[in-house]
Amino acid sequence: MKRRTTLKMTAALALSSMFGGAALAGSHSADPIVIGAVAPKTGPLAGGAAVTHWPNIRLWAEQVNARGGLNVDGTMRMVEIIEYDDQTNPGETIKAVQRLATQDEADFIIAPFATGLNIAAAPIFARYGYPQISVSNITDQVEDLASKFPNMFFTLGSTSAFASDVVRILSEMRDAGQLTGNRIAMVNVADAFGIELAAAARPLFKEAGFEIVYDTSYPLGTQDLSPVVKAAKDAAPNAFVAWSYPPDTFGLTEQAIIEDLQVEAYYTAVATCFPAFGARFGAQAEGILGAGGVNPDSEAFKEYAAAHEAATGAKPDYWASATTYASLQILEQAIEAVGLDREAVSAHLKEATFTTVLGDISFNENNFNEAFWTVGQWQDGVFRGVAETGREGASSVRVKSGWGS
Amino acid sequence: MDIFLTGLLLGGTYALIAMGLNLQYGVARIMNLANGEMLVAGGFCAFWFYTAGQVSPFLTVAIVAPLAFAANWLIYQVMLRPLVKRAKTRGQLESDSILATFGLSFVAVGLMLAVFGGDYFNYSYLSRPVTFAGENYGLNRVAAFCGAVVICGLLYLWLNQSRAGLSMRAIATAPASARLVGISVGHLAAIAFALGGAVTATGGALISTFLTLDASTGVMFTLKALIIVIMGGVGDVRGTIVAALLLGVVETLVASLIDPGLTLAAAYTLFILILLFRPQGLFGRRQT
Amino acid sequence: MTAAEIRTLILAALALGVAALLPLTGSGYWLGLGLNIAMFTVLATSWALFSGPTHYISLATAAFFGLGTYTVGLGFETLPYWSLVALAGILGAVLAALVGLATLRLSGVYFVIFTLGLAELVRQVITWAQNMSGQKGLYVLTDITEDHIYWQLVGLAALVYLVGWLIGRSRLGFALRIIGDDEEVARHSGIDTARAKVLLFMVPGAVAAITGAMLAPRYVYIEPALAFTPMLSFQVVIMALLGGAGRLWGPLVGVIPFAILWETISSTFPNQTMLLLGVSFLVIVYVLPKGFVGLIDTVRRRLSNREGWT
Repeated sequence: MKRRTTLKMTAALALSSMFGGAALAGSHSADPIVIGAVAPKTGPLAGGAAVTHWPNIRLWAEQVNARGGLNVDGTMRMVEIIEYDDQTNPGETIKAVQRLATQDEADFIIAPFATGLNIAAAPIFARYGYPQISVSNITDQVEDLASKFPNMFFTLGSTSAFASDVVRILSEMRDAGQLTGNRIAMVNVADAFGIELAAAARPLFKEAGFEIVYDTSYPLGTQDLSPVVKAAKDAAPNAFVAWSYPPDTFGLTEQAIIEDLQVEAYYTAVATCFPAFGARFGAQAEGILGAGGVNPDSEAFKEYAAAHEAATGAKPDYWASATTYASLQILEQAIEAVGLDREAVSAHLKEATFTTVLGDISFNENNFNEAFWTVGQWQDGVFRGVAETGREGASSVRVKSGWGS
Repeated sequence: MDIFLTGLLLGGTYALIAMGLNLQYGVARIMNLANGEMLVAGGFCAFWFYTAGQVSPFLTVAIVAPLAFAANWLIYQVMLRPLVKRAKTRGQLESDSILATFGLSFVAVGLMLAVFGGDYFNYSYLSRPVTFAGENYGLNRVAAFCGAVVICGLLYLWLNQSRAGLSMRAIATAPASARLVGISVGHLAAIAFALGGAVTATGGALISTFLTLDASTGVMFTLKALIIVIMGGVGDVRGTIVAALLLGVVETLVASLIDPGLTLAAAYTLFILILLFRPQGLFGRRQT
Repeated sequence: MTAAEIRTLILAALALGVAALLPLTGSGYWLGLGLNIAMFTVLATSWALFSGPTHYISLATAAFFGLGTYTVGLGFETLPYWSLVALAGILGAVLAALVGLATLRLSGVYFVIFTLGLAELVRQVITWAQNMSGQKGLYVLTDITEDHIYWQLVGLAALVYLVGWLIGRSRLGFALRIIGDDEEVARHSGIDTARAKVLLFMVPGAVAAITGAMLAPRYVYIEPALAFTPMLSFQVVIMALLGGAGRLWGPLVGVIPFAILWETISSTFPNQTMLLLGVSFLVIVYVLPKGFVGLIDTVRRRLSNREGWT
């Protein structure tokens, strides 16, 4: 099996241009650490992976190699990334992880992209003893999964937390008088993620005293959402909540602008935090709530965002990008602490606290990172976290005041 | 009324998606599964020109259409003509072209991925409401609808008035007899295929003003286009237009009155109903 | 049963026995590849059972496969796994019968398009129903390992071959061969062509649904986009045609090289996978229009011709 050499070469070039030969001589004495990466480059999820997943892996490898590699038991060793495209097909993900484990003999494997692909690959990670620090893997079965796959870690959060924090934010807005009524219009994409979130949110909204005045689903990939938005508008809601995916997140918002949907809170889920979203809707994005968030004012994030843009030519998104990068920082720190023994790394992951771009991260008894961002909002051209489960720097939420066109 | 207009606008979009395939399948007999990729490529060109130089997608068409024409002409001459020559029966040509163009769609996705990257691309163009009878409609959708009307109108006139157009229709109806009256079937089939590609790419440029695309989304458009073409009747412009509008209205009706979750189910139900009661499509002729 | 038939049966049984030994090698990688090959052998062979004689190109494999996967996903909490696999087979056969009754009267290309849309239709209806019922995500957490799934698939493959062999010897098979040669003639000689085609279409429907059910524990998390991927339908068609749909063993000689080719491309050129798969696809269509079976036949004919002259 061929190993990818591009990264090694770029890294070597970057190094030689910076320090000349001395650093090079030192770093080439040891074999590189082989790190596998499997995620979609094609297929339905390729668009999402191209924003949050692949650029961070490249950025991280470039940075690590630029500083001479990882310190493993006193030796500086470069990292070498082997990338595979799983074509958004769980069968391919499984095969690629197996290939990395047995043919490429990777030292570590970066967790795949998306819930379904992560969970499909979990048995293979477990079988070969690789720690799986998953990011874009949002589920409510953390307990079951962690007990079955003890090396699987969860960084981005849980379904119920995302649903309950949206309900909480809206309740707070209502209590503060920002929402002048109880009426919620809720729609969801009829895909696993949308169905799960809608099912979790429905009882929570009722419990919090909200009335769901419009509740429907639409097929994945639907971009003609005018009937959905029109019907939502006719229900005269105070808040609009959509458990949506990338193409329809854009479609819903475009239609809401055209229909002039007047609500005091407007929420779309995945991809609201993408820079492309802000770029497309500009000032009209102001006040839109979405899944995720970061603290864009923290020094760590600013530095990361600048490096991301310099290395990949694109801005990171305001949610999973930073978490993906953080997951690699966690892996890096664990390797430097205990070396390449995967058992030891997994054990270390369960115990230690890691310093990342998001702040400190540690895992609970279910391998679950309890402190994460859940809701963000576009404010003055930046997507700011407004709700979290233990992160610092949340901004206060604002009312969505029209579409300013 | 409002539902009807929204449905018509959606139908206009569908007509843009399907019209090119109708030419390719109806006249050139190529069931082109790479049709959606051509659409995405057209959309990407519009995106690129708009973000790089603020060129209106409606002007970009002037560049996209000839480029797509040339590319599709080449594809036909190099790849598809051997299949046409090899095929002994229409059935064999159909299965061969399905397989070949499916492979071609892979190649196209791979190329677009290499050129554009895998990211979503979208931009905001004419994303303003226009008010008609008290309801709002997206200006970009209305503009694309007008584009569809212009394209369909031109095609219809050309096919019915010009000599080349008449020959095209002769091929669509009876290729063997067309050859007998001195029509160069091979040459015209290549033109029809290329023209179909140009129309599809133009449609892609227009719909990219309101749809979010990425390198891998082509297949969804191919599917829709196939359904519309088959529903309307192969080789008939009017059939495709009627089928596209019908589908748009039915989907909007179902979404507004029943449940948006069932729009595609409704589309397929309509499809199968038409096939059961009029197997040749709305405007198609019975094949002999 | 003739002596030649008995010999074929024994050989086939031996081949199956050898295939079943693969998990004992203990290599997860080769097992994964073998599992892939077993899965596509089952799907492509059952596909060719119907499409070979009738010349209908069915792109419905993903629809049945997803139906099976979802049968397990939705029923996993309430029913034992084994009953769900059987249930998936029944549902697949029923769906195939319904589709067959509605569409097999249509001429070839309409059937192709309808089957292509069927996966999308079934997916819509299932996710819509799931949404309405308020059921959350579907997790199939079991103790079933890749070894078990592999053995199940090999067993299913044996069953498919057996069914194919029996059909070939039966009146149905005879009727189908006539239909394949000329449907008009078949109808005139008193064969109920619609009934024969519907019956036969139920075989790939049931088999694909069972395959989907068997693979559900491997995917663990059941998502519509992954269960109903249209790619699967095309892969099956290509592999079957690469082998040759006219013979029972034809698809197998397509599946094995194609699975290996796919694996080689995915592992060697991770950034150009789609591009190269497309190119190899085209090469197959242009260079091997009749599949490996056709190639083998041609070579055989040439060899025997040469012998005849010398």
